[in-house]
Amino acid sequence: MSTEAITFFFDRYGLTEGDIDKLLATALARGGDYADLYFEHRVGSTVNIEEQIIKSAAKSVMQGVGVRVIIGDKTGYAYTDEIEFESIRRAAETASHIARTGGSRQPVAVNATLNTLDLYPVETPLSSVELGSKIELIKRGDAVARRYDSRIREVQSSITDEMKYVMIASSDGRLVGDVQPMARFGLSCIADDDGNLQVGRAGGGGRIGFDFFENELTPEALGEEAARQAIIQLQAVDTPAGKFEVVLGPGWPGILLHEAVGHGLESDFNRKQTSAFSGLVGQAVASELCTVVDDGAIPDRRGSLNVDDEGYPTSRTVLIENGVLRGYLSDYLNAGLMKSERTGNGRRQSYKNIPLPRMTNTFMLAGQDTKEDIIRSVKRGLYAVQFGGGQVDITSGEFAFSASEAYLIEDGKVTAPVKGATLRGNGPESLKHVTAVGNDLELDPGVGVCGKDGQSIPVGVGIPTIKISEMTVGGTRR
Amino acid sequence: MKLELTKECALSLAHEAVRRGATAAEIIIRHRTEFSVSVRLDEVETLQQSSDQGLGLRVLIDGKQASVSGSDLRRDTVLSLMDEAIELARATSPDDTAGLPDASEFATSMPDLDLHDTAIEQLRTEEKIELAIRAERAAKDYSDLIINFDGGGFDSASGTAILANSLGFAGEYSATSCSLIAVPVASEDGKMQRDYWYDVRRKLSELNTPEEIGVMAAKRTLRKLGARPVPIQNVPVVFEPNIARDLVGDIFNAVSGESIFRKSSFLVGQLGERVASGRLTVVDDGTKPRGLGSRPFDGEGLPTRRTVVINEGVLESYLLNTYTARKLGLRSTGNAGRGLVGAPSVEAGNMYVEPGPHSPEEIIKSVSKGFFVTELIGFGVNIVTGDYSRSASGIWIENGELTFPVQGVTIAGNLKEMLNQVEMIGNDLDFRGSVVSPTLLIGRMTIGA
Repeated sequence: MSTEAITFFFDRYGLTEGDIDKLLATALARGGDYADLYFEHRVGSTVNIEEQIIKSAAKSVMQGVGVRVIIGDKTGYAYTDEIEFESIRRAAETASHIARTGGSRQPVAVNATLNTLDLYPVETPLSSVELGSKIELIKRGDAVARRYDSRIREVQSSITDEMKYVMIASSDGRLVGDVQPMARFGLSCIADDDGNLQVGRAGGGGRIGFDFFENELTPEALGEEAARQAIIQLQAVDTPAGKFEVVLGPGWPGILLHEAVGHGLESDFNRKQTSAFSGLVGQAVASELCTVVDDGAIPDRRGSLNVDDEGYPTSRTVLIENGVLRGYLSDYLNAGLMKSERTGNGRRQSYKNIPLPRMTNTFMLAGQDTKEDIIRSVKRGLYAVQFGGGQVDITSGEFAFSASEAYLIEDGKVTAPVKGATLRGNGPESLKHVTAVGNDLELDPGVGVCGKDGQSIPVGVGIPTIKISEMTVGGTRR
Repeated sequence: MKLELTKECALSLAHEAVRRGATAAEIIIRHRTEFSVSVRLDEVETLQQSSDQGLGLRVLIDGKQASVSGSDLRRDTVLSLMDEAIELARATSPDDTAGLPDASEFATSMPDLDLHDTAIEQLRTEEKIELAIRAERAAKDYSDLIINFDGGGFDSASGTAILANSLGFAGEYSATSCSLIAVPVASEDGKMQRDYWYDVRRKLSELNTPEEIGVMAAKRTLRKLGARPVPIQNVPVVFEPNIARDLVGDIFNAVSGESIFRKSSFLVGQLGERVASGRLTVVDDGTKPRGLGSRPFDGEGLPTRRTVVINEGVLESYLLNTYTARKLGLRSTGNAGRGLVGAPSVEAGNMYVEPGPHSPEEIIKSVSKGFFVTELIGFGVNIVTGDYSRSASGIWIENGELTFPVQGVTIAGNLKEMLNQVEMIGNDLDFRGSVVSPTLLIGRMTIGA
């Protein structure tokens, strides 16, 4: 399957392995340690329904090549949206200027290799499905959301899918390719109870085919979930402010890990020693109950890749093991500079961008407790099951993520829904307060987008039900 | 054979789409050259330079619409995309509200908003690197406590945007921008803090000097050292300009036609009503010369203009494009935004709070106990309900003086109340961006810790 992508680029654009070698040689003509070429061809589609009509359909096609040259800790980069030899050569020439040491370096002749992983052999990617079938799906979700309750007003739903061919050639002789499908189905609705307006959202997908939305995550389930959330929020009371015991539900609340430790453990920050986790390998950064991993090699997942965007196979990296920090997420550049193992976490938004160490699917392993026991153990606290987004300052370690569906826990029982509030904590400290980890690990349904340095990429998160003995809740009620 | 990146070509493509079956069509062509250098510890870290181009096409067939985009500008490829767009449009539903603006509304004169600076285009790579290095050096030289940097550099961009449609509108403008940023890291007692300072302008001559940026970045970073939380309490909160602009962004989301017609805003149904303190006037102006949010015509070809959104506390206008205006029975305010693909959105021009009479020092002096916010983290703003909850860093105010740095707290409230509690407005409005604000004092928010 990986040769499919390589064949795609060679045939479509009339390039050969010899051309690739020449281009890499141009990139290294002024010197440098390493160069790579990232070829990308991406076709994306969106269709959306609103006010019960199919308001629009869109399709975008983009293609190009990014050329990178690395010398020491420096990177030169240029790209072209014309996949033909002379344009790429000019880009390679531009990128080569980062190396001013003079003297050229000979790249190793590239040799196409098969990927070891085949995580998304999708039979009917949504990009191959005709528009009418996608329209059917969004109409079904829309109908269920509207029927859920008479107070549901606006319903908006969309399906976005993409098919991406990539080919990566590097001066160490690597030539790999990948075919990367992706789809995401999202639905949101507004509940209106006499002027009290609330919103509910649901979504999911991954590197999956059309049948996913028949078998795993139906439009009906999405419509019901979004409507349910909006209706519950109509009753939400003001959230308390201050430190509370917090129970997080499984799945998307794993965004806690993404913000609290994920970014802080990206190796560029640690190599530069600007992360609050710098120098903490071997030390306790979480309670013993916590084992946190990043795994890009899980089948079908939104955050998964057969090879990262530097052509390196993805894998499971244990970040925190029984509370102890074990390692960082690396790309080629930073693994080299830190003299550590590459972990297959070099990712980029597109051929226009330099790869950086990024997350794939980041989650905590399951523990022993049941969700019911965990909730029962809380005298007064917050139970948060859905979140919007989050953010982190990796230097101070300060992070925040915003609950969109949460409830009070009073005497071990889930009671009133509360308005969304931001939970905050500090990366190297907050997970030390994890006092219970459930047996119900779930990964999120396939909606995550992560931003870093202006580059957005798809990611996954996950967590079992967990209890944190103390977390700041940014409510308004004292 | 490649297409020419001209207005005339765009216009002929729009007419071609109609010839092929569309009832109306819009073409967007963009091309851009970008440069970016990041520096660290006195050396270049990354160096990027490239050009790109893209074409977008939206077609309407009796109220049904679809759009396509691509960067392969060979004529055959574009025409084949055009046929695909027409086919896609046929599968959508007719929407009476969709459609090009009325022919009488298009911009006829193209004001020169002075958006382009040849000095930026002529700046040599070595000079750009030098600016970035100087900014970092100025931060480093400011104090021994500045021990590291996490990013920092110089960016410049130059581009042209073309819009044409089947009603005969064709417009084009070019613009440049440059930005310089320093991100120092300081350390004290084993705890690190980082902050940043930057400037971004359309003209090189208007950019702060690297030394000004570096020194301010260093000062902001140092003042975070030793930060600690404070107990839960309700107090006045002062938003420094760099943070207050986030509130203007929240106001934009609340008055955007896209939120209003979808009933996804706490300002739905409030046109003409008092929604904020009488001191607050919020303006959107797409015609400001050299403004980062300025352009001679909006994403649909309508003239941009100056719109008073909130006038002394009263909500006078939403910000609208043609579609959302029609939905609400109003007129477009010339705020259509445009990506290469998709229907027009709503976009701010240069949006700001009109400056008030007080210096930032006076504002702080007026607070006996409160919180001066210099950083906000998290996306906890619900535009539908106005619920507001974000994690914050800043400086505690005691008896009108800035005292110790604060971190590890949240500020919470509701935008409906916050707007009504704007008690003082600073005179320090600076267009360091397209959405900006002077210092603001909000009478009461809940600090959580």
